[in-house]
Amino acid sequence: MKKVKALILKTAGTNCDYETQTAFELCGAAADVVHINSLVEKKNKIFEYDILVFPGGFSYGDDIASGKILANEIKNKLGDKVKKFSLSGKPVIGICNGFQVLVKMGLLPDPELFEQTSTLYYNDSDKFECRWTYFKIEKKIRNESSCIWTKNLPDVITLPVAHGEGKFISINDKLLEELNKNNQIVFRYSTKDGKTPQYPLTPNGSVEQIAGICNTKGNVFGLMPHPERYVLALQHPSREGFDGKYGWGKIILQNAVDFVK
Amino acid sequence: MKATTNCQTIEILSLSDKQLRELSTKNVLSLSLAEMKAVQDYFRKLKRNPTDVEIETIAQTWSEHCKHKTLTGIIDYTEEKGTKKTKRTYNNLLKETIFKATMELNKKWCLSVFKDNAGIIEFDAKNGVAFKVETHNHPSALEPYGGSATGIGGVIRDILGVGLGAKPLANTDVFCFGNPHTKDSQVPEGMRHPKTILKGVVSGVRDYGNKMGIPTVNGAVYFDEGYMANPLVYCGTMGIIPKSKINKKVNSGDLILVVGGRTGRDGIHGATFSSIQLDQECDVNAVQIGNPIVEKKVLDTMLKARDLNLYRAVTDCGAGGLSSAIGELGEKTGALVYLDRVPLKYDGLVPWEIWISEAQERMVFAVHPKNKKRIVALFNKENVEAVFVGKFTKDKKLTLKYDSDVVASIDMFFLHYGIPKPIRPAVYKIKEENVQKPIKMNSASLLKVLKDVLADLNVCSKEWIIRQYDHEVQGQTIVKPLQCNSIEGSGPGDAAVIFPYTVAKGTKKGIVLSNGLNPQYGKINTYKMAANAVEESLRNAVAVGANIEKMSVLDNFCWGNPNNPKILGSLVRAANACYDMSKAFNIPFISGKDSLHNEYCIGTKKYSIPPVLLISAMGVIENVVHTVTMPLKNGGNKIFVLGITRNELGGSVLAKIKNVKGGVVPEVYPKESKEIMERIYKAINSGLVQSCHDCSDGGLVVAISEMAFAGDKGVKIDIDVIKTKGELSVAEILFSESNGRFVVEVNPENEFKFKGIFKDCIFAEVGCVTEDKNVVFESVKNKIKVKEKSKNLLNAWRNTITW
Repeated sequence: MKKVKALILKTAGTNCDYETQTAFELCGAAADVVHINSLVEKKNKIFEYDILVFPGGFSYGDDIASGKILANEIKNKLGDKVKKFSLSGKPVIGICNGFQVLVKMGLLPDPELFEQTSTLYYNDSDKFECRWTYFKIEKKIRNESSCIWTKNLPDVITLPVAHGEGKFISINDKLLEELNKNNQIVFRYSTKDGKTPQYPLTPNGSVEQIAGICNTKGNVFGLMPHPERYVLALQHPSREGFDGKYGWGKIILQNAVDFVK
Repeated sequence: MKATTNCQTIEILSLSDKQLRELSTKNVLSLSLAEMKAVQDYFRKLKRNPTDVEIETIAQTWSEHCKHKTLTGIIDYTEEKGTKKTKRTYNNLLKETIFKATMELNKKWCLSVFKDNAGIIEFDAKNGVAFKVETHNHPSALEPYGGSATGIGGVIRDILGVGLGAKPLANTDVFCFGNPHTKDSQVPEGMRHPKTILKGVVSGVRDYGNKMGIPTVNGAVYFDEGYMANPLVYCGTMGIIPKSKINKKVNSGDLILVVGGRTGRDGIHGATFSSIQLDQECDVNAVQIGNPIVEKKVLDTMLKARDLNLYRAVTDCGAGGLSSAIGELGEKTGALVYLDRVPLKYDGLVPWEIWISEAQERMVFAVHPKNKKRIVALFNKENVEAVFVGKFTKDKKLTLKYDSDVVASIDMFFLHYGIPKPIRPAVYKIKEENVQKPIKMNSASLLKVLKDVLADLNVCSKEWIIRQYDHEVQGQTIVKPLQCNSIEGSGPGDAAVIFPYTVAKGTKKGIVLSNGLNPQYGKINTYKMAANAVEESLRNAVAVGANIEKMSVLDNFCWGNPNNPKILGSLVRAANACYDMSKAFNIPFISGKDSLHNEYCIGTKKYSIPPVLLISAMGVIENVVHTVTMPLKNGGNKIFVLGITRNELGGSVLAKIKNVKGGVVPEVYPKESKEIMERIYKAINSGLVQSCHDCSDGGLVVAISEMAFAGDKGVKIDIDVIKTKGELSVAEILFSESNGRFVVEVNPENEFKFKGIFKDCIFAEVGCVTEDKNVVFESVKNKIKVKEKSKNLLNAWRNTITW
């Protein structure tokens, strides 16, 4: 069987690249950390890969706004390639800063439009916060969404978040309606039993507790929490996991690897 | 030698003693008269005056910050106990105490100690782990945000600059501040409010550490009025390094490569400025300006260059800038540097400024000429600036040129060994400690005091700070700073454990990090303060499952002015405690740092800090699966207290809150506590321990309450069965801060095996875990019953710092 290849794109300030690489390797993929300069130098290199990953960190220090500079750089230098990759149906994921990049270049929620229509803004608490919380995958999403990344997950999962700018805001209510209608809001912050949470379980004040969204096709996924930080049960605060060994983050990444296979 | 418009000759040959002193002060050289005279003698032999570059180079190299001349100088020490006086002369305090212990213990797994930018111990067959803790006090007092950010940035570079470079895995931070609830009117003129300093410092560490992608996993915050004028900011970094990359060597002919940030006028005189007392006139230019993203790029690229063997040596530009970095690397060979080739942030810097600027994010490499092109290409590929500025020679001289003019030419030997050793007097008067008057309290007042102690600044939750740090980045923090049984909750963990599985693939091992400090004890007895700090750091690590056979420690002294014999005497005492504890616990010191001259002047009044010794511990854990946390796990489990409780309330939290006069500062009994620590490791490794918590600030009642509310459980404790030395009142049992004690939760089915392991130790089964979520401490003998919902205790603990 062919080895699934993941490209983890990094630039100055990317800092979750190695754990993301290790996590994909754990899922049976081969993962390369590739600097944006070498991708710009060889633009078609992107098509040697099956999965495109925008990892967490502080790209270019999050100067101006989180993810904004990298989003512009990608759009200007690699825009058509990234768009083509996304529209081809191959899995694309943006985690934390990567999600901010996807939203700010407009690859989410609609890669065909490829225009920014939403943002991830400063947390309501006005500070960076690192904590674990719960995420709900609604029944409707589980049954109807085409998201390839969230299959095989239970109703409520736990993952850690660590960000200062994670409050999802859409350009207008119409977009929000569409996201809901098209089953694109795949992760919402929640309580342990799937109810609407208060701060700090909803750590940033996101509209409708939005924590992760995908495109209508379901291959492009962006989320604030860090699946790569919970691939092993050991990483959980009280060492919970499935099969006695793994964390929910592994299922998310494994979904993409299995999808490609 | 030629004076140019940019380089001045400094008249020194003809100066009188008085004029030499004036020159030292005027130019912020921080050199003593004896040192200035040594410089004068050297240039008299050369029959010429020095240039400004030369004199600045010597001042940086000879600074307290770089040379540690107090700890390595000659000290005439007198100890007074009652009417008895004992004298001893130290030719080198460090070598005769802390370093001596390490040499005597001679651990094979200590791979590099006291010689590089950090200490390194063995991790596994392939890797070592390096740990360094630094202070950045003066800059943080002037500019809290920038000061602490560059503090963390600097210690990260120590780890990048150890051996051929280690990959940072975790940061630690320990702060001492004034009371953040001080009224504005009580803050002396010219000082920042402690809360302003705290917020600035936390933001600085947060922004730099988070952007570097290094989790900040362990630390402490200590509040005392004594730090209002002069806050203390300790920053530590731990990293992993292949064993094959531990040694560096500079060869004559190697090229000098400067990599990373550009040089600017920030941080001029940082090294020498740290040796003068702070006052309202201090120059903010002495504080460096940090940029974490530049450093992150250096980190990412240099480790690639390391693995491709593209350089032979590296060190960081810290205090003293290029002057110290190149001076150190070229000590044995000599160096020739073209200062005009150093990339600058902006025009207008004169040669001496370029040479000593402490601009951040710069590393210096020694590169074999054959790798010249490859290494620069590698850095440039990821937009990192790398410029050759000279070469290592074989003339054993430091030669600096600017626009083809020689602006400095000094013998390396004089630079590194020409500093005269002064003799400093030191005295210490051992105070007699007596047990305080018996403290009697009824049930109601005990509960009130318990809540006050939990809410005390030095006991209360530091969650507001901890959550702002990304303590989970890299995905390897498997024992976290805030602990709970689900994902909600936040008990105070004793130590952090890093599981470096993304670097050491397939490993089961982990690295434990912990710390110990208690300045309150030092106000009474600095020997005991130091001994306590060592013991506490070990206890914290053992509580999560560390093996003390594989532990090492770092010392960080923050003291007042060592020219004051009493202050220096208290330092000598603490250093001796380090030696004694290191030997008794069989734990080597692997690195350390001192920051002296922590004092502040307003008008004519001098403020000096209460001395602090921070001990940071690092150890290797065989199998991370066998680590435990502190929240209570299950109702019905039994609670044991290991160790004995003595009447030791001197310097305790209770003593502070209730204004108790006198009291004995907790003593360390190494034999007793080492035995318990060894057995806890055995018990935890055999899976017999459900939770474990160290007992320190606030005493047993605080430790047990924390375990209860962290686990959202209740407890029922019988005070009468707790093992004590002599007859103690209930308050004394509950709040005494005796060392060597742990609280452990054990499943009844493991009780027999557990007791078997501890059969020769002092311990008692004191109660059980309950599911009713009530915390109950009862003494039938004294008719005392303290009962409270664990949630209310949690609220008392976590509502002090909420901004």
